[in-house]
Amino acid sequence: MELTVKDIIVKYGSDPSQIIAMLQDIQSAKRYLPEEDLRGLAAALEIPLTRVYRIATFFKAFSLEPKGEHIISVCVGTACHVRGSDRILDELERQLGIASGETSSDQKFSLETVNCLGACALGPVVVTDQEYHGDMTPGQVKKLMENYR
Amino acid sequence: MMVEIAINGKKVQVEEGTTILEAAKANQVVIPTLCYHELLEPYGACRLCQVEVIKNGRRTLTTSCNYPITDPIEVETDTEKVRKVRRMVLKLLLARCNTSPKLNQLAVEYGIESSPFELHYDDCILCGLCERVCREIVGANAITFAQRGTERVVVPPFGEEAESCIGCGACVYVCPTNAIQIQENGEEKIIDRWSRVLKLRTCSECGMEFAPDFQLRFIQKKYDLPEDFFDLCRDCRAMKK
Amino acid sequence: MKRIQSAQGLEAYRQECVAARDPQRTVITICAGTGCQAHGCSNVVDAMQQELDKQGLDQVEVKATGCHGFCERGPLVVINPQGVFYNKVKVEDVPEIIAKTVQKGKVIESLLYALPGSEEKISLEKDVPFYKLQKRIIFGSNGLIDPTSIDDYLAIGGYQALAKALTDMTAAGVLDEVISSGLRGRGGGGFPTGRKWESTRNVESEVKYVICNADEGDPGAYMDRSLLEGNPHAVIEGMLLGAYAVDATDGYVYVRHEYPLAVANLTIAIDAARKMGLLGQNILGSGFNFDIKISRGGGAFVCGESSALIASIEGQVGEPRAKHIHMAESGLWGKPTVLNNVETWANIPVIIDKGAKWFRSIGTKGSPGTKIFSLVGKVNNSGLVEVPMGISLREIIFDIGGGIPGGRAFKAVQTGGPSGGCIPEEHLDIQVDFDELGKVGSMMGSGGMIVMDDRTCMVDVAKYFLNFLKGESCGKCTTCREGILRMYEILDRITRGEGELSDLELLEELAFVVQEGSMCGLGKTAPNPVLSTLRYFRDEYLAHIIDKKCPAGVCKDLIHFEIDPDACTGCHKCARVCPVGAAHGKKKEPHEIDQEKCIKCGMCYDACKFDAVKII
Repeated sequence: MELTVKDIIVKYGSDPSQIIAMLQDIQSAKRYLPEEDLRGLAAALEIPLTRVYRIATFFKAFSLEPKGEHIISVCVGTACHVRGSDRILDELERQLGIASGETSSDQKFSLETVNCLGACALGPVVVTDQEYHGDMTPGQVKKLMENYR
Repeated sequence: MMVEIAINGKKVQVEEGTTILEAAKANQVVIPTLCYHELLEPYGACRLCQVEVIKNGRRTLTTSCNYPITDPIEVETDTEKVRKVRRMVLKLLLARCNTSPKLNQLAVEYGIESSPFELHYDDCILCGLCERVCREIVGANAITFAQRGTERVVVPPFGEEAESCIGCGACVYVCPTNAIQIQENGEEKIIDRWSRVLKLRTCSECGMEFAPDFQLRFIQKKYDLPEDFFDLCRDCRAMKK
Repeated sequence: MKRIQSAQGLEAYRQECVAARDPQRTVITICAGTGCQAHGCSNVVDAMQQELDKQGLDQVEVKATGCHGFCERGPLVVINPQGVFYNKVKVEDVPEIIAKTVQKGKVIESLLYALPGSEEKISLEKDVPFYKLQKRIIFGSNGLIDPTSIDDYLAIGGYQALAKALTDMTAAGVLDEVISSGLRGRGGGGFPTGRKWESTRNVESEVKYVICNADEGDPGAYMDRSLLEGNPHAVIEGMLLGAYAVDATDGYVYVRHEYPLAVANLTIAIDAARKMGLLGQNILGSGFNFDIKISRGGGAFVCGESSALIASIEGQVGEPRAKHIHMAESGLWGKPTVLNNVETWANIPVIIDKGAKWFRSIGTKGSPGTKIFSLVGKVNNSGLVEVPMGISLREIIFDIGGGIPGGRAFKAVQTGGPSGGCIPEEHLDIQVDFDELGKVGSMMGSGGMIVMDDRTCMVDVAKYFLNFLKGESCGKCTTCREGILRMYEILDRITRGEGELSDLELLEELAFVVQEGSMCGLGKTAPNPVLSTLRYFRDEYLAHIIDKKCPAGVCKDLIHFEIDPDACTGCHKCARVCPVGAAHGKKKEPHEIDQEKCIKCGMCYDACKFDAVKII
């Protein structure tokens, strides 16, 4: 059963201060924040739609566009940067044909950068759908992506 | 309670809680502002109104629009540091919008001929006056800041038509770069920037289009006026009395 | 679990927990922090339990703990009570560990840690230099407890400080102890914690808040996450003590969006503490009421700034407000608020338990106590280290960290995250504390310590931090939003070989204005990486601007790859890995790189085993 705004209100009460947690639940369940849910939430919480929209677009945890089936995250934290994460991102962009922040036209992949996963000892790190791949090199990217083709 | 402060060396008495900007204005000291409006909550975003404050022997740079005076302080509104910051703020804003009469005037005052930065033209300088007047005074909440950092913009939700906009034109009035236009074309009032098209109501007496229907319903509801209050245009209503 | 009503009741229960833990019993502790999860430790934990079940060894316990800190070497297994230390453990090693070490008491040589370049193997955890040189008064507990067990925490002495405070000390007494300890905030500011608490205590209000800032946004820093994952009760106890000292009634832990395991373990811990009566009404019969809620971040570095953080808890965007409104008078929901970092809170129980005098005996006069650093980047022993303040950078990086991989030369260490600076070799012997780091143009920050070698371009590092901040700025104030963008643009041009000398002057002028004119800490400290790299590595900037060269071989537009025909054996490997067909040649003959086609990805350089590919 798909998560509804009503479910959210039941869980959190009609407390607008909880809005970030509410949006996180929707994002988690649906991989993005549908416009109708944001409108429904504003109405249910009796706050202006502008406030909901502002919060939904301010925080990086949220996306107003559906994410791809597979999310590829490249850690670009300082330690990974110093170990060459730039080159890995370049190679992934080349292989997937999309820039970081974008989703492939077949909706299969979303490429993102992340500002530190705290797995610095394994850097550079790439995460594909929650699976961590450490000590990455640009040469390993092709093989990694083959698993998902 | 009154507090004695010094502005540029001159001692003045101010009521506790008065902002430095208000105190300066009351004493004919000019501090430039862009995002300030006396009817709105101070915002502190443009960074132009900064002054130096000396308190307990410590000197700090602070925005004057939102600094409430509670202690005897010394305020210096035109030091070298202040001018350095103001000039750079203007240069940064000019590299964003070089078509604002107010900004261009300030540039002349501060001796800035051109900006050292490449122009990335945007008719909006993100002062927030439009969004704040819509939210704080009008209460329509039609537009909002969205995104953050260099992606920050003022838009209606989802970038679609601003559905709660009542077409009052307050945003047009306060905008320092003239970025917002409002037009009337017979049957409609249009604010292009917010993709807003409002149908005008016709007076039941004289048949003239006089104000957006949506706006009238908003005002009638907000001030708890009788349903038929705005059936007549202002002139016809006046004649009825 | 029954509710405990008094300090005596707590002590009695604690004794039960201690008694239930036979010190002679074999306990296999496995690090299960997020870092080791990435190493695949969950499989090791499962395999270990399965093998024990298979062998019918039900008197042996497997304990998945929080982070041990030696992240480079995970998965880590420590077998107690002996303290045998195994590193880089794989699932395949599990049967042998149980058969040989657990059942026969013999060590497995191949799993022992050896000093790099030495044959000598070290069998006990306490003898491993990485740990030996640390002083783990806070972090050490991680390896001893299951973070989801309140009983484990009690068994090692947890909540003793709380009982002592509520029974033998007044609120003012607790405050005095923290003031006397000289503890300074571990989140970055280094503000004296006791003084901060005192300001809030002095404000009359029926409602007051204490907040734990677990937003930990500095890339490369993950100490707070490991503390929250590994020992959440230490943070809860710290907040209880703080709330008692300032008369606060409610607490929040603001955890960044990217830390799900920390949120999970903290939730379990709060529930357990509540059930036991350590959170809620009339705690231990003292009349003191306090409870904690968790608030999750939405993915914004700026929310690590206190006023942006509280805006976020209030359900607003994370926009900071002017600094002259003080948190102590008007913080969360306009009420007096104490906001401290995770590590700061974790220090409080230890201070109350062992006393301010003891705490002051560690560290330096200006910065007592220890600091947990995340030692990462170009360093052999990447991980989390807890050291007394006053230790030198050299000791941390070389003695504990094991120096630079590949025998490369140390170039700089970056501390303080995007608000900090790069410290060069000439200052390696400074004593690390708040004031000393400030003197050399950096700052303590939250504890990120990123080591850089001669293959790191310092201009690129400055550009990297500005790029980061550009995306994280809330965008409200002109100086930060436009200023960081324009500084970034200048650095970008310099790294592409399009810089001019006048750019440096403009950069410095911008840095001054952004620092002076911005509203919050993000903007005010944004110029630091630029300013510190200009201070110590100006020649590198000049090389990029005047010579159009990148000495470290990093900036793509200023380098090119060439094959040395004398070193090349014609093995053809480079041609095989080249994604664009730029590297080419006949087998057994010296190869070449077609500069027109080359995209400077460096894969040929990585692949070549004969050092024939040169970066020029």
